[in-house]
Amino acid sequence: MKKILTASLVALMAAGPAMADLVFPSLSYRTGPYGANGIPFADGYADYFTLLNERDGGIGGVPARVLECETGYNTEKGVECYESTKGEGALVYQPLSTGITYQLIPKATADGIPVHSMGYGRTSAKNGQVFRNIFNYPANYWDGASHAVNHVLDLNGGDVSGKKIALVYHNSAYGKEPIRTLEELSKKHGYELMLVPVDHPGQEQKSQWLQIRQQRPDYVFMWGWGVMNQVAIQEASNIRFNMENFIGIWWSGSENDVLPAGDGANGYKALTFHNLGKDYPLYDDLQKYVVDAGKAAGAGDQLGTALYNRGMYAAMLAAEAAKTAQEIHGTADITAAMMRDGMEALEMTEAKMEALGLPKFGPEFTVSCENHGGNGLGAVAQWDASAGAWSLITEYGPSDQDVIGALVAEDSAAFAAENNIEPGCS
Amino acid sequence: MFYREAGDFSTTYAEDSQTFPIKFDRYRYYLVLVVAFGIIPFLINDYWANAVFVPFLIYAIAAIGLNILTGYCGQVSLGTGAFMAVGAYACYKLMTGFPDIPIAIHILISGGITAAVVTLFGLPSLRIKGFYLAVATLAAQFFLVWLFNKVPWFYNYSASGQISAPERSMFGIIFTGPNTEAWAKYLICLVFVTFAAIVARNLTRGSVGRSWMAIRDMDIAAEIIGVNPLKAKLTAFAVSGFFVGIAGALFFSVYLGAAEVGESFGIDKSFLVLFMIIIGGLGSIFGSFAGAAFMVLLPVFLKNVFVGWLGWPTDLAAHLQFIVSGGLIVVFLIMEPHGLAQLWRLAKEKLRIWPFPH
Repeated sequence: MKKILTASLVALMAAGPAMADLVFPSLSYRTGPYGANGIPFADGYADYFTLLNERDGGIGGVPARVLECETGYNTEKGVECYESTKGEGALVYQPLSTGITYQLIPKATADGIPVHSMGYGRTSAKNGQVFRNIFNYPANYWDGASHAVNHVLDLNGGDVSGKKIALVYHNSAYGKEPIRTLEELSKKHGYELMLVPVDHPGQEQKSQWLQIRQQRPDYVFMWGWGVMNQVAIQEASNIRFNMENFIGIWWSGSENDVLPAGDGANGYKALTFHNLGKDYPLYDDLQKYVVDAGKAAGAGDQLGTALYNRGMYAAMLAAEAAKTAQEIHGTADITAAMMRDGMEALEMTEAKMEALGLPKFGPEFTVSCENHGGNGLGAVAQWDASAGAWSLITEYGPSDQDVIGALVAEDSAAFAAENNIEPGCS
Repeated sequence: MFYREAGDFSTTYAEDSQTFPIKFDRYRYYLVLVVAFGIIPFLINDYWANAVFVPFLIYAIAAIGLNILTGYCGQVSLGTGAFMAVGAYACYKLMTGFPDIPIAIHILISGGITAAVVTLFGLPSLRIKGFYLAVATLAAQFFLVWLFNKVPWFYNYSASGQISAPERSMFGIIFTGPNTEAWAKYLICLVFVTFAAIVARNLTRGSVGRSWMAIRDMDIAAEIIGVNPLKAKLTAFAVSGFFVGIAGALFFSVYLGAAEVGESFGIDKSFLVLFMIIIGGLGSIFGSFAGAAFMVLLPVFLKNVFVGWLGWPTDLAAHLQFIVSGGLIVVFLIMEPHGLAQLWRLAKEKLRIWPFPH
């Protein structure tokens, strides 16, 4: 299967270097312990831009070019990828790794290139007055922590005092991110929080789950990624933990994570900030223009999986932001600085999503300078092992902004002080 | 024809004992210095600095450090990654605690702190040897990573456990943080690597280095001829720790800018530096550079060939890159177990008698 990169390189050589295009680097990882999760996301991201090129001739008439660079989820390779792609006129970076996002926040800000860490990265980037170039709409980790607690509150009629919640987390910046929020929420709601770290890559979790078996938490939350998810779900099923009480963040909710555990994973829950499945008009176009034309990225077998949808959603938001930027600046060939303005003025409405062939695919939200994080809506999905599909079991609900807003303000103020940033919108 | 001693007379003891006694070698060395200090800083851009030169120079310092311990003194260490983390976290605490002090001083102090920590972990080497010592340093690796993850004081209580380097300058030039110019990053690493190489070279030629090598070759014999094993081993650990600490501090503050202990300073980093000195050549300063170049530059080069020129899919290129680098390592170790430094030595021997080999 030909890669987009090959095609675009050949096209570029044929057309000569003068051809304008919109460059969307994809810092993907198709190898290593996180590859199983990196592949569907990268495929979805690339396929959506291929669709735009094939069907609409690009974005606003300018073809999009996806520059793929393999990071292996490794920050050093991420730096190399960033440096090698930024000179090509990169419009926005989506590294799909909290570690690499932390690397890129200062670098990309200095270079004036926006970063969109969709549902990961540094949560306080929601405060756009401090993080001018960093966006994390439509939801972030602290929203996710709050959604999980809200779901538990719903299950218990609004009272969780005295309950014990365990957090099984990837022992890295990514996994540690929700701890502060969960601690604040535990003060507010009176549950007991138990922390269970899992070291990279997480293939061995016997001792962690033994601890859970001994201490019998009522609920387990999970912030896992890559092979860690599969192992955790398998272990939970081995100790006969009630899957209904096991809730993963959106990064722990793909088909790859639950399939290895078979029927044991039935009832496992995961959060999500976009819809699942392939029952959308857009998929007909994807099939017609991309898959049937033999232009799908990777092996082309990931369509409709949770992470493929998320990669496609990320590409869709990037393309919509690029369109917004084209409207604002009145030029089709936008720069990274214009892209930033487009992202800051992005508005996702139901009508827009329906026009794109993705009705009710994600929540409605608007981005502004004060709020780079959207409105943080999220829902809970549950895995049905016999049907082999995820289904949403709740409506999109809000997170506890009283708690999160204060934490965002505190953390972004600390970042501003550390880096001598004058918060403001001008 | 090259590397001939003929006509190259030494008239003083100082001349006779200099690092490069052969004229051709010496001029080559000066040429490298001129190019490195006088030409590259003017040509370098962000990509070459961040993807090629800065990691190469920093790993070269770490490799020199480990080479002193393992190559010269024969004490196997699998804790290099964690020791680099000590340097990085020391530098972070110093940078945030004393913002007005020049960054170079922080880096040197970080090296000193690391030397102290490494000496502490070197104490078991007085009782245990070989594989057992390797396991003891492995314990240091896991303990230190756990420590930096567990104690929030080390990362200034940040929510994610990440440390990130604030902007720090010296003589009005910014050396850390996102606004650093490519040449500034490159030069600060180059100055430290030159310093490390000169110090290491002269230490290993002197009495300290000879006592290390005596311990390496046969510790009982060394003890009998009067080498104090306590002093020799612990100085090797201290000097090695100093260089590894400097490498860690630069790695975090100049190169990455933000780091996380488990990801940046894990066990794979220890193995990477160990591979560098094995491939480069144990007990050779040049070998440290050659090994670092091989391990850092080869993946970047292969990636650029496969993806940039040939336009292959990135996952295929990444897998192929593992195969090619792994294969080359095996080939090198079979054909030349003493590393790239030995190849260099042989090349010099051949060039010396070229074009009349008999």
